Amino acid sequence: MSTTFEPPRVEERPNYLNVDYGWKSWLFTTDHKRIALLYLFSITAFFVIGGSFAVGMRLNLLRPEGLFEADTYNKLFTMHGIIMVFFFLVPSIPAVLGNFLIPIMIGARDLAFPRINLLSWYIYVVGGIFAVLAAFEGGVDTGWTFYAPFSTTYSNTHVILTAMGVFVAGFSSILTGLNFIVTIHKMRAPGMTWGRLPLFVWSHYATAIIQVLGTPVIAITLVLLALERLLHAGIFDPNVGGDPILFQHLFWFYSHPAVYIMILPGMGVISELIPCFSRKVIFGYNFIAFSSVAIAVIGFLVWGHHLFVAGQSMYASTVFSLLSFLVAVPSAIKVFNWTATMYRGSISYETPMLYAFGFIGLFTIGGLTGLVLATMALDVHLTDTYFVIAHFHYVMVGGMVMAYLGGIHFWFPKISGRMYPEGWAKFAALVVFVGFNLTFFPQFLLGYLGMPRRYHAYAPEFQILNVMSSAGASILGVGYLLPMIYLAWAWRKGPKAPQNPWGAKGLEWEQSPTPPPTYNFETPPVVTEPAYNYAEEAHVG
Amino acid sequence: MAEIDTSLPIHAHSEVRHHFDTADQQFESSTLGMWVFLLTEIMFFGGMFGSYTVYRNLYPDAFASTSHFMNVTLGGINTAVLICSSLTMVLAVHAAQLGSKRKLILFLVLTLLLGCVFLAIKYVEYHEKWVDHHIPGPGFHYADSRYAHQAQILFFLYFAMTGMHALHMIVGAGLITTLIVMASRNRFTEHWFTPVEMIGLYWHFVDIVWIFLFPLLYLIGHTK
Repeated sequence: MSTTFEPPRVEERPNYLNVDYGWKSWLFTTDHKRIALLYLFSITAFFVIGGSFAVGMRLNLLRPEGLFEADTYNKLFTMHGIIMVFFFLVPSIPAVLGNFLIPIMIGARDLAFPRINLLSWYIYVVGGIFAVLAAFEGGVDTGWTFYAPFSTTYSNTHVILTAMGVFVAGFSSILTGLNFIVTIHKMRAPGMTWGRLPLFVWSHYATAIIQVLGTPVIAITLVLLALERLLHAGIFDPNVGGDPILFQHLFWFYSHPAVYIMILPGMGVISELIPCFSRKVIFGYNFIAFSSVAIAVIGFLVWGHHLFVAGQSMYASTVFSLLSFLVAVPSAIKVFNWTATMYRGSISYETPMLYAFGFIGLFTIGGLTGLVLATMALDVHLTDTYFVIAHFHYVMVGGMVMAYLGGIHFWFPKISGRMYPEGWAKFAALVVFVGFNLTFFPQFLLGYLGMPRRYHAYAPEFQILNVMSSAGASILGVGYLLPMIYLAWAWRKGPKAPQNPWGAKGLEWEQSPTPPPTYNFETPPVVTEPAYNYAEEAHVG
Repeated sequence: MAEIDTSLPIHAHSEVRHHFDTADQQFESSTLGMWVFLLTEIMFFGGMFGSYTVYRNLYPDAFASTSHFMNVTLGGINTAVLICSSLTMVLAVHAAQLGSKRKLILFLVLTLLLGCVFLAIKYVEYHEKWVDHHIPGPGFHYADSRYAHQAQILFFLYFAMTGMHALHMIVGAGLITTLIVMASRNRFTEHWFTPVEMIGLYWHFVDIVWIFLFPLLYLIGHTK
């Protein structure tokens, strides 16, 4: 008689991941955590698509005479911009981390409208399919800004199909914002007062305000654009009395605040990381919270700084310039408060914190060069040069993508229940930082020297800096591939995560199991202390 | 009818979904969500009202000229029709609060009918524009050659604004039809009638948009 010993079976505690494995349980889920993962995979796919267009651009710019036809290059930068802005940056942190964390952070079982949350993902996917379809059909060459009358009259590419994709995806953004606003107002657990909300939630609240108020305007703008392209009534055509600058006003009324949709959630992530890895109470909680709302409000009043050389009235430009300086103040308050939080903290250097450091440095450069561009006289020189490209990539990529990666690493144990390999992750963070700066710092110089954006060819004296930039882009590409690989590995094979690997504060770590069950909490959460109450531990330890 | 207690508490009900603690919380969330959605709608139409303002200031004379081709009589009738439909919608919500299924269905059907009357009259107006070659596009023709181009822009705005409004009416008609089906299947009680209330809000919003469209497009400049 043979005796075989089987290892004792350990029943895994039920959580949102192991509760069901069928494909229906994912595609018809109303669980905010599963929808967040649906978003995670789809925006990663769009990031890869948008990134591959960037690869084409940087290859083309290795040689002054270019590698591709001018038309091909026009399509590459257009589709890079459209995919990255509307299908990656806008949904990135809100739809993935915000979706996953906001209900848990405020002690709710789900977002207020779970079915609308799922609907928003489907809408996003449909919009994405339109955009990708347009790319396969031959692409679009208007620039992501769709400026009329080129887009309405002269371009013979797939403007309407692409615009439809952006239009549809906009509704997904609106529904996400709507869900967040209602959830944050109505679903907070007992004791979770407005003054105790994690700053991540505050920044998403501000983001949601912009999503709800701004996105409908781009929607109607794109409708007018498509109708005009079909009918040629002349609404944006100066030949027959139309006003092309009206289009720019309408476009930037959304698209400048959209920049804050793309950075505020990142600021929210950083506000979580800094106190945790400094072991200190956040410095100036109220200032950080209200600066988010201030950015959302003032951000609606600065769009005219995109029109300094477009023919806008000089007086309007002056006001827009001053307001643009004003919107820098709340951002500066945040940077000041993060650094003040770190002052005399016991700082540790885990991967999320490395990304937070990267964010603060790069966002500061991006923000300060924004002031340069908001200065009218300087903007005349720098408009439509690589200086602008470098500026907003420092904010969007150096800021938002850094924060996104930092947040993904920080909450990876929460989301997957497993730990990622710390050594690889630190290495990748370093690669991203080096690659990023090598890619985009030379572009500041190129722009200042006068290299215009959106041309497939350039003067030979710009080649060295362009080659540096392309080299940096390939390093950056490796830096982005690494996390995709080791996080995918860690998802299946990584060591099991403890309940609270960072010793972090917040309901998601302290009261919700890791990974969370479907309804997030085993016992109804109660909040009895302010956010980031790290001070106690510091006294004990 | 005797006193009606409109301050009826909304009791716990089987329709409270898993993530809400109370029916009140659920109802308040729905209401807030609907108002936020209407805010997005205001911004959506706001883009067109903004464009309208720009062109009205640029071309006041052309505007006065095109307003003579707006059918004020039909527009006026339609305004009255919509205001009546708002009244029947309010009465439908009231009937839902009282839990009166028969009245609820009656007023919803009336609202739906009035909505259809509006769309039918709108169709007649659009048809007039078609006959007169006032639809923007290759077939557009304007008698007064001074304003040939500008008039086309203004008609473009007219069709964009009233067209978007009509689209919202069609969606609203679909929603009201759904309500009628739900009501006839006894889905609503005096404690739970959230969809009636929410779609009511939507319907009023669409009406209010028309209340702005009518004077701006039909009346201003008409007597010049």
